[in-house]
Amino acid sequence: MLRASVIVFPGSNCDRDVQTAIERVTGFAPKMVWHGDASVPSSDVIVLPGGFSYGDYLRCGAMAAHSPIMKDVVTKAKAGTPVIGICNGFQILCESGLLPGALLRNASLHFICRDVFLKVENDQTFFTKCYREGEVVKVPIAHGEGNYFADSETLDRLEGEGRIAFRYSNEAGETTAESCPNGAQRNIAGIVNETGRVLGMMPHPERLYEKALGGTDGRRVFESMLLSTLEAVA
Amino acid sequence: MKAHIKITLKNGVLDPQGKAIEGAIKGLGITGVGDVRQGKYIEVDLSESDPAKAKAIVEQMCKDLLANTVIENYSYEIG
Repeated sequence: MLRASVIVFPGSNCDRDVQTAIERVTGFAPKMVWHGDASVPSSDVIVLPGGFSYGDYLRCGAMAAHSPIMKDVVTKAKAGTPVIGICNGFQILCESGLLPGALLRNASLHFICRDVFLKVENDQTFFTKCYREGEVVKVPIAHGEGNYFADSETLDRLEGEGRIAFRYSNEAGETTAESCPNGAQRNIAGIVNETGRVLGMMPHPERLYEKALGGTDGRRVFESMLLSTLEAVA
Repeated sequence: MKAHIKITLKNGVLDPQGKAIEGAIKGLGITGVGDVRQGKYIEVDLSESDPAKAKAIVEQMCKDLLANTVIENYSYEIG
């Protein structure tokens, strides 16, 4: 059994994609929770989906980070409930302080929508344990503001503590400047919090979870959340 | 009272929009233009008439919402 809750903000547009991905991959339909609600139902996983919450007003994720539901999401995350933020969800996690750093405008100024290669850097987290460290997977990105920024002290800490989950790389797994689509520092595509239970990632695993979509490399994020939840119960 | 709030990117934070604006200014044929940085200007009407209290209110809204202090600085005038 997996009790997942997907938070729906005004302007979310990947909420139903991730809803379908979770249901198809794990067999358990998530609950959809409106941002104006005061609390999230008791959940094994909370999902902050991609999109353009509040029209990206002020800064991406800034308004959503202060919406009514987020107080409870922050409380539950701090108490140990796993949270994944994808794309706009990653931006919201940074704005709400659950993850360090910020996501800036892409260095090229272009909105980029294409498949990219990711190197798996940490296969020990709640959301990545079905991957293998060092493997290269292909997952799409679709964002205008995915340029991860943090001061060098924070970046060193993230690296030192193994908190970088995914880095942009080429097909051979080399994290070169050319393989970084958006200017993100140290090619960072996804990071976790201190406990490995809060993951923010710019790429969209829910867009490549079955062959009909052109690939299955995103699938293991959802398999990981199911496996991690079942292991916790067992 | 009215708060006039300026939000700017911190030094060292890449500002690709500023760079694009810089290029466009130079494209106009205007010379003598150096680095361009862009930011935000926000006006907020306040019902508070006590300057010290108004300052505390503006400080809180800047810190908690209007600026992301990871990447931005803020300054304001109240009058």
